[in-house]
Amino acid sequence: MVEKEYWRKNLRYLAVLLSIWAAVSFGCSILFVNALDTIQMAGFPLGFWFAQQGSIYVFVVLIFVYVFLMNRLDRSLVSQRNEDRV
Amino acid sequence: MTAQAWIFLLVGLTFALYIGIAVWSRVGSTGDFYIAGGRVPPLLNGMATAADWMSAASFISMAGLISFMGRDGSVYLLGWTGGYVLLALLLAPYLRKFGKYTVPDFVGDRYYSQTARFVAVLCAIFVCFTYVAGQMRGVGIVFSRFLEIDVSSGVFIGMGIVFVYAVLGGMKGITYTQVAQYCVLIFAYLVPAIFISLMMTGHVFPQFGFGSALTDGSGTFLLERLDGLSRELGFDAYTSGRKSTIDVLFITAALMVGTAGLPHVIVRFYTVPRVAAARSSAGWALVFIALLYTTAPAVAAFARTNLLTTVTNMPYSEAPDWFKNWESTGLLVFEDKNGDGAIQYTGPDSAVENELIIDRDIMVLANPEIANLPNWVIGLVAAGGLAAALSTAAGLLLVISTSVAHDLLKKGLMPHITDRQELLTARIAAAIAVCVAGYFGIDPPGFVAQVVAFAFGLAAASFFPAIILGIFTQRMNKYGAISGMVTGIVFTAGYIVFFKFISPDLNTAEHWLFGVSPEGIGTIGMMINFAVALAVSYTTPAPPIHIQRLVEGIRLPGKTP
Repeated sequence: MVEKEYWRKNLRYLAVLLSIWAAVSFGCSILFVNALDTIQMAGFPLGFWFAQQGSIYVFVVLIFVYVFLMNRLDRSLVSQRNEDRV
Repeated sequence: MTAQAWIFLLVGLTFALYIGIAVWSRVGSTGDFYIAGGRVPPLLNGMATAADWMSAASFISMAGLISFMGRDGSVYLLGWTGGYVLLALLLAPYLRKFGKYTVPDFVGDRYYSQTARFVAVLCAIFVCFTYVAGQMRGVGIVFSRFLEIDVSSGVFIGMGIVFVYAVLGGMKGITYTQVAQYCVLIFAYLVPAIFISLMMTGHVFPQFGFGSALTDGSGTFLLERLDGLSRELGFDAYTSGRKSTIDVLFITAALMVGTAGLPHVIVRFYTVPRVAAARSSAGWALVFIALLYTTAPAVAAFARTNLLTTVTNMPYSEAPDWFKNWESTGLLVFEDKNGDGAIQYTGPDSAVENELIIDRDIMVLANPEIANLPNWVIGLVAAGGLAAALSTAAGLLLVISTSVAHDLLKKGLMPHITDRQELLTARIAAAIAVCVAGYFGIDPPGFVAQVVAFAFGLAAASFFPAIILGIFTQRMNKYGAISGMVTGIVFTAGYIVFFKFISPDLNTAEHWLFGVSPEGIGTIGMMINFAVALAVSYTTPAPPIHIQRLVEGIRLPGKTP
C-alpha cells in the first residue's frame, strides 16, 4: 500500500538522521571529546570544536536533508495516488 | 554623541518600530489571535521562532556562562540547538497536520480525555510563567544599567510595550514584531563580535576567529593563549571540562528534549500554511538561531582572554571606566585583600588569593566597553538585549492567554462562548498575564531564578513523551499517556525540589542518582514517562477506532484519503 510504504520510508530516514544527530552531539561532543581533543584542527582541539561549533552546523544540515527527502517523498506519494485513481 | 544618547536613540527607535508593527497588524478573529491565521511564510516564521526562542538568557547570559565554564558551557550550545532537530523531525510536521491551536489541544484530542487536556494545560501554564518572570527581570536589568532608571520603572515600560502588541495584535502582531526583533538582536550581537574578532585575530567571522592565531605578532592560537593564561592564574584550562561525562550527557539531553517540548516553541509551527512548511520553517529557525549560537562561544573566548589580560595585576587606581561603572552596579566587586593596590584575579588552584568577583551576566553587556568599541555599539547592545527579552516574553504571554481562553474555557468550562467572546477573554487573559509577569519581574520570589533552568527538565519529562507516543504508536491510549505524564513530572519535580529546597546540603555528586544532577534529571524523568506509558497502555484497552484513524491521518501529508 502506498501510504504504508510512505510511513516506512519516513521511519527509515528518521532512524538514519537521528543516529547521525546522536553520534555527533552525544558521541563526538561528549563521550569521545577527550580522545578527539588530541587532534588539533587549526586553533581548535577537535572535540572542543565539535562541542561548541561543529555539532550546530551538523544539526542545520540534518534538518535540511530531511526537508529535501520528505518533499521528494511527498511528491512521489501524490503522483502514486493519482496513478492509483487513474 | 555620548553612549547614553545613543542608547536612548536606538532603544527609542526600535520601540517605535515595534508599536508601529502592532498597530498595522491588529486582529479580529481567534484564528488570527492564536496562530496568525496559519498564513505566516516559513522563512519569516523561522525568524520569529528564533526571536521567540532566544531570550534574555541567550543574549545576555549565555556567552558569559560559557566564558566562565569553558568547555562545560557546551551543554547550553548543544542542548538549545539540538532540540530543533527533534522538533523538525519528530514533532513539528505532525502537529501542523493535526492543525489545532495548542499543545493541550493535541493531547486532549489524541487521548480523547479532558483529564489529559487539563494536565497538559497546567504544565503549559507553569512552564510559561516561570520562564516569563525571568524575561521581565532581564528587561529591568538592561533598563537599570543603560538608561539609569530603577528596575521597577524599567519593568513597567517593558510591560507597556508588550501589552500593546500582544493584546492588540495577538499572534499576528507578535510574529511580525518578532521578525523585527530578530533583526535588531542579531545585528546587535554580531557587530561587537565582529569588531572584537577583527581586533584580536584579524578574522571577520568570529566563528573562525576564535580558532586562529592572535594578531599581536606572537603567532600563538587564541585558545592556546587562553588555556595558558587560565592555568597560570590557577583556573582549569579553558578547553577542558570539570563536570563528569555522565552529567554533561544527561543535562544536554534534558535541554534538547525540553526545547522540543516547550509549548511556546511548538505553537509557532501551527502558524505556517502547510506540513512541508512546518519542516522547512524549523530548519530556518535553527539557521537563525545558529547564527547567534555559533558566535556566542567565540564571544565567550574573546571576552575571557580580554578580561584576563586586562585586569591581571592592574593597579586599581588605573582601572578603566567600565570597571568603575560596573562596580557601582554591584555586579563587579573588588576587594584588595593583600593591600598592594593591584587587582589579583585568580582561580581555585592558585596560591594568590582571588580579589575580584565578576557576575557572569555582565560579560556580553560590558564586552563593547572592555574592547573600547564606539558608543553606538553600546547603544545597539542595549536595544538588542531588550529585543531578546521582549520577544520571548510576548510569545510566552500568548501561550498563557491561549491556554486560559481556549483550552480552559472554550474546550473545558464554557464550551458555548462565541468566537468574539473567546477573543475578548484571550485579550483579558493576556492583560492579566502581563501584570502577573510584571509583578514577578519587580519582586521576584527567590525561587524563580532557580526554577527557570528546570522548566526544561519538566517539559522533557511531561509533554515530549506524550506527543511522540501519540504520533508514533497507534496503540497508546489515555491511561498510558496520563500515567506517564504524571509519573514523569512528579519524579522530576520531586528530585529537583528535594535537592534544591529540602536538602540543598546533600546536592553533591555522591548523593545524586547515577551521578546525575538536578539539571539533568529531566532525562531520567522522560525515560520513566516512556516506560510507564508503554507498560500501562499495553495492559489496558486499545484506544477507540476513530483515534487510530486520527493517528493515521496525522502521519500523511495533504488530505487523508
